Amino acid sequence: MEVFLQQLINGITLGSIYGLIAIGYTMVFGIIGMVNFAHGDVFMVSAFIALIAFLILVSWLSISSIALALFIVLLVAMLFTALVNWVIERVAYRPLRGSFRLAPLISAIGMSIFLSNFVQVAQGPRNKSIPPMVQGEFVLLTKNEFAVTLSYKQLIIWAVTAVLLAAFWYLVAQTKLGRAQRACEQDQKMAALVGVDVDRTISMTFVIAAALAAIAGTMYLMNYGVVSFSDGFVPGVKAFTAAVLGGIGSLPGAVIGGLLIGLIETIWSGYVSIDYKDVAAFSVLAITLIFLPQGLFGRPDVEKV
Amino acid sequence: MAPEARSQRVDAARALREAGVTALIAFGLFLPLIGFQTVTDIHNELILQTRWQLLFAITAVVCIGRLAFSLGIEPWLAQRTLRPANATSAPWRSFVGRWFVPFAIGFVIAYPPIVIALNGFSGAVKWIDNFGIQILIYVMLGWGLNIVVGLAGLLDLGYVAFYAVGSYSYALLAKTLGLSFWILLPLAGVLASFWGILLGFPVLRLRGDYLAIVTLAFGEIIRIVLINFVDLTNGYAGISSIPRPTFFGIPFNANEDGFAAVFGLEFSPLYRTIFLYYLILALALLTALATVRLRRLPVGRAWEALREDETACRSLGINTTNTKLTAFAMGAMFAGFAGSFFASRQGFISPESFTFLESATILSIVVLGGMGSQVGVAIAAIVMIGGTEIMRDLDFLKQIFGPTFDPTQYRMLLFGFAMVLIMIWKPRGLIATREPSVFLKERKTIAADLVKEGHG
Repeated sequence: MEVFLQQLINGITLGSIYGLIAIGYTMVFGIIGMVNFAHGDVFMVSAFIALIAFLILVSWLSISSIALALFIVLLVAMLFTALVNWVIERVAYRPLRGSFRLAPLISAIGMSIFLSNFVQVAQGPRNKSIPPMVQGEFVLLTKNEFAVTLSYKQLIIWAVTAVLLAAFWYLVAQTKLGRAQRACEQDQKMAALVGVDVDRTISMTFVIAAALAAIAGTMYLMNYGVVSFSDGFVPGVKAFTAAVLGGIGSLPGAVIGGLLIGLIETIWSGYVSIDYKDVAAFSVLAITLIFLPQGLFGRPDVEKV
Repeated sequence: MAPEARSQRVDAARALREAGVTALIAFGLFLPLIGFQTVTDIHNELILQTRWQLLFAITAVVCIGRLAFSLGIEPWLAQRTLRPANATSAPWRSFVGRWFVPFAIGFVIAYPPIVIALNGFSGAVKWIDNFGIQILIYVMLGWGLNIVVGLAGLLDLGYVAFYAVGSYSYALLAKTLGLSFWILLPLAGVLASFWGILLGFPVLRLRGDYLAIVTLAFGEIIRIVLINFVDLTNGYAGISSIPRPTFFGIPFNANEDGFAAVFGLEFSPLYRTIFLYYLILALALLTALATVRLRRLPVGRAWEALREDETACRSLGINTTNTKLTAFAMGAMFAGFAGSFFASRQGFISPESFTFLESATILSIVVLGGMGSQVGVAIAAIVMIGGTEIMRDLDFLKQIFGPTFDPTQYRMLLFGFAMVLIMIWKPRGLIATREPSVFLKERKTIAADLVKEGHG
């Protein structure tokens, strides 16, 4: 029971990170119908930007307030990652819009290879580890010398994810930009006819997706304290799994899918086998697509002849 | 005259403004990751170093590049689109089209003697091994995947799994049972195609991107199992000292009964390399020939019908289940052949050789070459694999960028970049036209723009 509770806490933490990345997949898929393969690597780039911002703040400007440092790191990472993803969309995806459907997928795979190798060349192939940003934990209960703990950093991850998801939900549900996005999702030509700037809306979708990935990247860095150039692929595929599980195109689905994948992964590694934890996530992906292709909250894809 | 001059000046002003904006964006883009470098100091702590010179150099290059684009290339492109397209193709084109394939086959057969004549005996190993064999493996894998993706329209991102099955079946069976390469080659193909059917079954209902992602997941699952099933596969450490292929029972070594001694030649490792070269060439040509013949069989026609429209295909009474499974099985079989060749050539295999990057490389070769076009796939393999291999020995770059510059680091970086560029330049692939396999009265080439992509 205690192990389960601990894995539940860990799973929700991991799931929040996956959920934030998954929103990026689901939004981009919803609006232009492509699997943005490079999104996992955008997440990895954001973790590196957060790492560098953190080092500048701590070792050069010697900021002592950890809350302030974390806030600035988040902002910097969101800003620069948004710029990166905006440029990627302009350079690699926009020229291929409306073209043969495999073309953007291949372009995205190329971008993914490019990004991870760019970081490898620019920052070196070694793991980058930093001293823990936040220390300390609550002990929730102790039994037979096994203590169930909730660390401050996990709490911060939950809080930041919840607050930013609320802000993001407001953006999509209540603002003009969100309306434009939903209009483009339904019918781009019609949206353009009623005065929605489709190009700008798609660009903004990539910017928002990148900002959410940057939050995930910063949280990832804070949680594990280590990042390397190859860290984009596996979280990327798992977040995609989360998006598919929740029903691709559905925003709440992506978050719930992320939480579920995080839980499945931690519980699997707690009870079954830690070596095969990636197999669990990949099997969920395969099983979902085979038996429930529209996901938990997605609309079924009806083909008209 | 006057308005034209003004418009040119305005253009220059616009180009300058755009170049300025681009420079700003590039500066922001590269500021965190190029401007700062994280290094581990002697206390094993992460510290930052700045690289302002490099950052400004890159920004300047991007800015000048953009300026050149708006002033030079853009007007030229605009001019070119204004000019009427040449309706009749030049006569040299049809000449090249007719003679290209026989010439290319002749060239690859004559390649080892040519290389030996040019570089001598010791210099030729590198050219035959790194370029010849390496490229031909990818040509063969590309042609194998072309059956699945190009003909049947089933997007497979986990193709490397079957390559791995072929490699491991050869390595394990050859080491434990001591069977020869020639028995295990077909066996590896059969086992791989068995796995193709096994993994094909669950994904029969899936289409397009979804199919790609599930096959990716299967590929990764097989790799993770290879890593963790240590008793069988020896995990990360891999399998070493795999038996090498023999020349119909005569091994390639320096012994009395070795190839060189039997034929009265002086021993050289080059003989094995040349033998392996012709072996993979034969296997690749077998793949190509099988594909050409299969396209004329009912099953090949069914594949192409499936690619064009699955619903129509089903309404015409084609069994789509069997059609898909045969495509998976055929594609996987050729990957199994290539895998067993790979294991016997390397003598060592580990899960590291079967990562997702390999699948992505093979798929990109197929798509960049133009789906369904065999010549295109071969050209794409030469460009992508040969191009990255050439990066290994560009030593003159060290003289430009200093002795610490290592061009091999940039191989995959440029590989990814080239994938994006080729897609933007030619979204349909390098050779986007194909000959129809069935035609009424006369043979017309089909431009790929007319063909819908496969759903699968």
